[in-house]
Amino acid sequence: MKILEVQNICKSFGKTKVLNGIDFSMDEGEVVSILGASGSGKTTLLRCINFLERADKGMIFLDGSPLWDASKTYKGSEIRKKQLNFGLVFQDFNLFPQYTALDNVTLAPHLLANERPDFKSNKKQIYAEIDQNAREILDRVGLSEKLSNYPCELSGGQKQRVSIARALALKPRVLFFDEPTSALDPELTGEILRVIRSLAAQHITMIIVTHEIDFAYSVSDKVIFMDDGVIAAQGTPDEVIKNPSNERIKAFLAKLA
Amino acid sequence: MTQFLSDLQTVSLSLLEGFSVTLRIFALTLILSLPVGLIVSFASRSKFTPLRWLTRTIIWIIRGTPLMLQLIAIYYGPGLIGAWASKLTGGPFTILASWHVPDRFAAVIISFVINYSCYFSEIFRGGIEGIPKGQYEAGQVLGLTKMQTFFRVVLLQVVKRVIPPMSNEIITLVKDTSLARIIMVYEIIWNAQRFIKSDGLLWPLFFTGVYYLAFCGILTLIFGFIEKKLDYFS
Repeated sequence: MKILEVQNICKSFGKTKVLNGIDFSMDEGEVVSILGASGSGKTTLLRCINFLERADKGMIFLDGSPLWDASKTYKGSEIRKKQLNFGLVFQDFNLFPQYTALDNVTLAPHLLANERPDFKSNKKQIYAEIDQNAREILDRVGLSEKLSNYPCELSGGQKQRVSIARALALKPRVLFFDEPTSALDPELTGEILRVIRSLAAQHITMIIVTHEIDFAYSVSDKVIFMDDGVIAAQGTPDEVIKNPSNERIKAFLAKLA
Repeated sequence: MTQFLSDLQTVSLSLLEGFSVTLRIFALTLILSLPVGLIVSFASRSKFTPLRWLTRTIIWIIRGTPLMLQLIAIYYGPGLIGAWASKLTGGPFTILASWHVPDRFAAVIISFVINYSCYFSEIFRGGIEGIPKGQYEAGQVLGLTKMQTFFRVVLLQVVKRVIPPMSNEIITLVKDTSLARIIMVYEIIWNAQRFIKSDGLLWPLFFTGVYYLAFCGILTLIFGFIEKKLDYFS
């Protein structure tokens, strides 16, 4: 069974059609990279699946059952629940500046714990577990020394690692990355790519929008190439990147090389 | 010399009494205008167009007319309407005939709160609109409710942004309290002017400046302290 499947996602901003019928699916533990020129709709697709935008048409399935359907209207609280199946790492981090690295990671789990029925009787233990979990995740992304630092005291790469930890702490079914290295200096991209690679090794299901072709080639199980709001090609990294049949991909790859 | 010292003591005490009224106006206006201003700032950003335009029109009127005029309107306005309505016999206007604001101090607080809420709301609006959209989006993808995102993520960043313009406005408020004198609320200026009539002393009027200066000095220190406290993030 597919963990995630999207069907016929369409999205327009005013008269501009940004997504024009996107279909794809992925298995649990897979890493999917989305490539394509600026303006091809990659980020909008991610934002639609994460409900930061509402697609005009289409459906999203999780574990084979419908999660979201454009023809239905949902309450804000319903969308919020659906949202928690996914995690999103932003291009420009969007860390909360007034919280330390550790508090950035624990804030959402703490607030979600408030809604648990056993919260009142078990508060201390629940918070201790959340804290412990956050420390382990921050350790996994190599930031155990920076727990009590504020975002303004961290480098770009460290900030992005905190934001990856923050997304992981909620244990999303699928973790999305929106150009996670684009806001970083070139010498800092390596540390982020290493972290993502280690997550892939732990079989975390991920969708990565990226311009790092070599990275996408080596880390992905599947590559999607988007062009002008549609999927121009999808397949294994070899099919899409090494032996592209599509002229647009060839032109795109030639420009990057 | 002893005459002057005894004058100084009498004047200082009388001014202090007046200044306590000044401080009450200041404190009440501040405590009430901050939350009201925050609510007005939400209304002025409402997606419901009539509410947004109504709010912005009110802000325009309040910021576009002198506070002194508003003070007079709030204190005398209801009575004038009442007098006008009492001349009309019967109909729905009889109810207006009893209109008045009985208490001068209440009139001062009402007009000050309306005025300062509007100014504060614009400062809050600037602060809220200056927060990057990504902060709200990060809150949303982490499953925070809109309330949680506002109170746990956005609000402190807004506070940090609005402290400098807010301290400016609050220091203006200290001095605007002297307008209360216009409807005979016995704040410090009124108390000082009394000495001109009763004792022929002009200097107490100028001496009030010392009270204002001292208080604004303390406020400046407090705001400096808060700004420093919030310096740990950017």
